[in-house]
Amino acid sequence: MSFVVARDIFQSYGTRPILQRVNVTVEEGEFISIVGASGCGKSTFLRLLLAQERPTRGEIRVAGAEPAEEPGRDRGVVFQRYSVFPHMTVRDNIVAGESFRTRWGMFSGAAKRAARDRADETLRRIGLDHVADQYPATLSGGMQQRLAIGQALTAKPRILLLDEPFGALDPGTRLSMHDFLQDLREETGMTVFMVTHDLEEGFKLGDRVLVFDKPRWDPHDPNAYGATITYDFDARDGGIPFQRIKEDTHVFRPA
Amino acid sequence: MRLINRHPGRLTRTALVALPFLLAFGAYAIGSDIRLTANPSDKLLPAPSTIAETAHRLFTMPDQRSEKILLWGDTAASLIRLGLGVGISAVLATILGLLIGLLPYVRATLAGFVAVVSMIPPLAVLPILFIVFGLGELSKVVLIIVGILPFLIRDLSARVIEIPREMIVKAETLGASTFVIALRVALPQLLPRLIQAVRLSLGPAWLFLIAAEAIAAERGLGYRIFLVRRFLAMDIILTYVIWITFLAFMMDMVLRWLSRRLFPWTEASL
Ligand SMILES: Nc1ncnc2c1ncn2[C@@H]1O[C@H](COP(=O)(O)OP(=O)(O)O)[C@@H](O)[C@H]1O
Ligand SMILES: [Mg+2]
Repeated sequence: MSFVVARDIFQSYGTRPILQRVNVTVEEGEFISIVGASGCGKSTFLRLLLAQERPTRGEIRVAGAEPAEEPGRDRGVVFQRYSVFPHMTVRDNIVAGESFRTRWGMFSGAAKRAARDRADETLRRIGLDHVADQYPATLSGGMQQRLAIGQALTAKPRILLLDEPFGALDPGTRLSMHDFLQDLREETGMTVFMVTHDLEEGFKLGDRVLVFDKPRWDPHDPNAYGATITYDFDARDGGIPFQRIKEDTHVFRPA
Repeated sequence: MRLINRHPGRLTRTALVALPFLLAFGAYAIGSDIRLTANPSDKLLPAPSTIAETAHRLFTMPDQRSEKILLWGDTAASLIRLGLGVGISAVLATILGLLIGLLPYVRATLAGFVAVVSMIPPLAVLPILFIVFGLGELSKVVLIIVGILPFLIRDLSARVIEIPREMIVKAETLGASTFVIALRVALPQLLPRLIQAVRLSLGPAWLFLIAAEAIAAERGLGYRIFLVRRFLAMDIILTYVIWITFLAFMMDMVLRWLSRRLFPWTEASL
């Protein structure tokens, strides 16, 4: 059984269908990029994966378990905005990734010191150790998103959901965030779903690229139909699958 | 250059700040002088020097009968009532604001009720408060609470609802319980708003305090003002009014300072 199974998902708001008949299975460790026109329901699909909403019809199962009823620790998330806590310092934001699951949401004494040390280690790894005592609002957009990803990973989720995480960043920062994300992924081997409006980014980072679009279009009523997955590309090797030389033995291969 | 782009310099700004104060004082002094020249025993607009003398007497000389300085006693009595009323309101409003803002069940139950209750004119229920809670301290504190609590609850619950959903969801994905979300996400973001809301409600709180003291009290700033009104003691009234204004202004300053001091992260986002 596949790791994530979305079966026959329908989602409507009021009478307006947003998603219809969405079926997809994802293996553990896959990186799934999601692209599609603005407003077609990508974020909605991510909210369903997150269990922030329940679908009108159909179900999403992770690791064969019953469909989740609310967001929990097995799914981490980074939104385009508001993903870190503005009232906590950078270090405390990382510590929150561990402490929020406790009864009072904080550590004290030795546990606190240990968590702070681990947070400082994380901050060193994501290159934010020099701003550990600052508040997020003083950070650049790229640094805030790095912090948000670091915080999400501190809770050790099995799935990471990213909703246009780099959408507000300038191109240079974006590229360094790609490296950052690829490194992290190599380390953790996590399953990732990332919504992006940048096709190139989707193909560069993803193993698969899912395209959301409306399969039918009613010119008199554009809202009559919801979107579904219209393409499911293999995006390894930059989306050019047949260039890989599969047979080792009989084919001459330049060094 | 457009007027909207013209800014006063440092010195001009200081002069401009002082200007309306000086004008008001000047107008009063002239008015008082005209009346006193016409009738030296006029009590309506006592000379500034008379007010200064009275103020000095009120602040330093004990009352002959009780041998206590009345002004300090009045101040203490009023500030305790005000502090209790505002403090209790702030605590209740924080708790209820969090509950209404975070829990759909509590919101469904209370939001409409609070909206209706906040339309009751507090002074209209003052007689009821005197009947139910007696003429002692309790009815005055309760009037302040009745007067400002509904506003505080509505303001604070609206602030909690304004917290971006993304932030709450993020906390959920870190494994936070409802309680932890309230304690570690919503409450810290609510506290700066609480100070703002309390600053806004201090005006009404003084109003209700003075109204209650005017009607039934043995001590208090409002009580004294309404007591000496019978003797047309304008110098005493004006001293008390200036003193109350000063106290209110200081409270506002302290709250503003506290907000900047305790919540540096709100500054950072500016
Ligand atoms: N909670 C909601 N209630 C009603 N309509 C919504 C809600 N959330 C999203 N929508 C609508 O659903 C459509 C898809 O939204 P979304 O998933 O955010 O699109 P995108 O692909 O740009 O992320 C949009 O037209 C949006 O207006
Ligand atoms: Mg979106």
